[in-house]
Amino acid sequence: MKLPLRHIALHFLILFSALEQADAQQTLKVPGVSDDPSQLVPMSLEGYSGEVLSALRFDLEIAGFEITSADKAVMLVNGSSSSSLIGRVTDRNRKSLLAKEYTGGSARSQSHAFADDIVQLLPGRKGVARTKIAFKVDTGPNSEIYIADYDGHNAIQVTQDHTITRDPAWVPGRRMLFYTSYKAGNPDVYSHDLQSGTRQAFARYPGLNASPAISPDGRRVAMVLSKSGSPNIWVRDLDGGNLRQLTRTRDGDSSPCWSPDGQTICFSSRAGGRAALYLVSANGGEMRRLNTGGAVNCTEPDWSPDGKQIIFTRLAGDFEVCVVPAGGGSMTPLVAGEDPSWAPNSRTVVFSRRAGDRRLVSLLDVPTKRYKDVQQISGSCSQPAWAK
Amino acid sequence: MKRSIYLNLLTVALLLCAGTAGCKPKPKNPTPIPTGKTGVQPENGQPFGPEIVRPLPPPTDATGVATRDTSAGIPPAGINRENYTADREAFAANTVYFDLDRATVKPSEQSKIEAVAGHLRSNAGDAVEIEGHCDERGTEAYNLSLGDKRALAIREYLANLGIDPQRVHTISYGETHPVDLAHKESAWKKNRRGVFILLKPKQ
Repeated sequence: MKLPLRHIALHFLILFSALEQADAQQTLKVPGVSDDPSQLVPMSLEGYSGEVLSALRFDLEIAGFEITSADKAVMLVNGSSSSSLIGRVTDRNRKSLLAKEYTGGSARSQSHAFADDIVQLLPGRKGVARTKIAFKVDTGPNSEIYIADYDGHNAIQVTQDHTITRDPAWVPGRRMLFYTSYKAGNPDVYSHDLQSGTRQAFARYPGLNASPAISPDGRRVAMVLSKSGSPNIWVRDLDGGNLRQLTRTRDGDSSPCWSPDGQTICFSSRAGGRAALYLVSANGGEMRRLNTGGAVNCTEPDWSPDGKQIIFTRLAGDFEVCVVPAGGGSMTPLVAGEDPSWAPNSRTVVFSRRAGDRRLVSLLDVPTKRYKDVQQISGSCSQPAWAK
Repeated sequence: MKRSIYLNLLTVALLLCAGTAGCKPKPKNPTPIPTGKTGVQPENGQPFGPEIVRPLPPPTDATGVATRDTSAGIPPAGINRENYTADREAFAANTVYFDLDRATVKPSEQSKIEAVAGHLRSNAGDAVEIEGHCDERGTEAYNLSLGDKRALAIREYLANLGIDPQRVHTISYGETHPVDLAHKESAWKKNRRGVFILLKPKQ
């Protein structure tokens, strides 16, 4: 078929300008990939099998890719895996986007490294396949804290208190957890250095000591204490000084979380009659209600690392994970579930959902609303926290 | 001199008032949780003494991260349970029930608390622990706070009846210890409760 000359000229012009643009940017715009993050990106995946294939599929599907046949794909992934993983990615015009060999580590960790590289081919996207989560596992009346890869694999039991342990929270940038344990006969907050195994009591005030949340700069801890006679939000320096009471409601406050700039704390309170989200300055002051766009019975907020969104749970018949802009406004329901925690990429979220008599830990891709359960530990898994 | 006599008279008058059935002074602020007489908790001081555990080799999948703490020496906050024996039966019939998502003591429940107060008035050495519990229709962190509110509300009620809050320990279990595991209201209403545990001093 003969193409008119002007079509060829136009084609060259577009190609040329696209290449010019590409030189100016770090990541190329991959043809066929929509700018709209709620659109799944069709991708083919060939040449892998077994654990590598299942890890790659999981990582890519939760990152917003739809695994499909090569003729429908806009990104084509292929390669092989023996002791090392060979990975190649091309666009639909057969242009090479990535060609790499991954050596060392396990087959799963090679797969995760490749998946992160694939995700990062797209502008603005950050891979999280090599990050960690912490969560609580209930077995009967007791519970213990576990950590694992973000997909639930390689789980390690952190506590052996043979009592209730709960509310795990990471210290940003460190392999250190805070959590609540009843091992001394009362809910108390502990810090636990995962490298050395050293644990230290952080808050053992009379009454409730719970829901620790560490500030993004790693220097302060917000928590719920009821030593004043009612559960309120308090803050204390990680090294022990400057204990300060931030709220003085009489109705029950819970679940503090920090803004990424460390200036504001968002939390849930029953001060208005029903559970709602409020904001208060981390230095103290008046609490003000967050506009959650008509959602009521709102609890367990978490502020995205990029500062833009607050995700939370609402009870509307069943529990539902919902998100609002950080300044408040219209609310988007996402998935049946509760207790969400943001990944470092401000896109993926770990949460728990109820299934029969137990809870499962699950991952959610917020823009596409796709979710996938992680590998579970036997028992009921909940209260997940994503390491940042 | 005159001022101190006046203050003494005022104190006696208030105590008389508090002891009488019909007069229930309501404190303006929530009663703070009692601090123990030993093991004072610092307001703005250092963290509690470190329970340094043996540093361990990197954990393996099989055994996990083990910790060994040496916390036996740190006295717990509030009442030292070591000095008491716990009796869960004595007040088994006095469990206080709450409405959904509420931590207010209902009129129907008040006589059960008054009975506990009566025992505590007659047994000066005894103390009581109140456990606050929730049904599953709240998220976990929210329920821990709500359970605490419930126990504190009962404690507040006891304080209004003249019981020294130093004798009343509270603890929240959130939704973790239901009495009925079924997923319906007949179970949930049994789980929304405050449980009294009699603490008798060890001889």
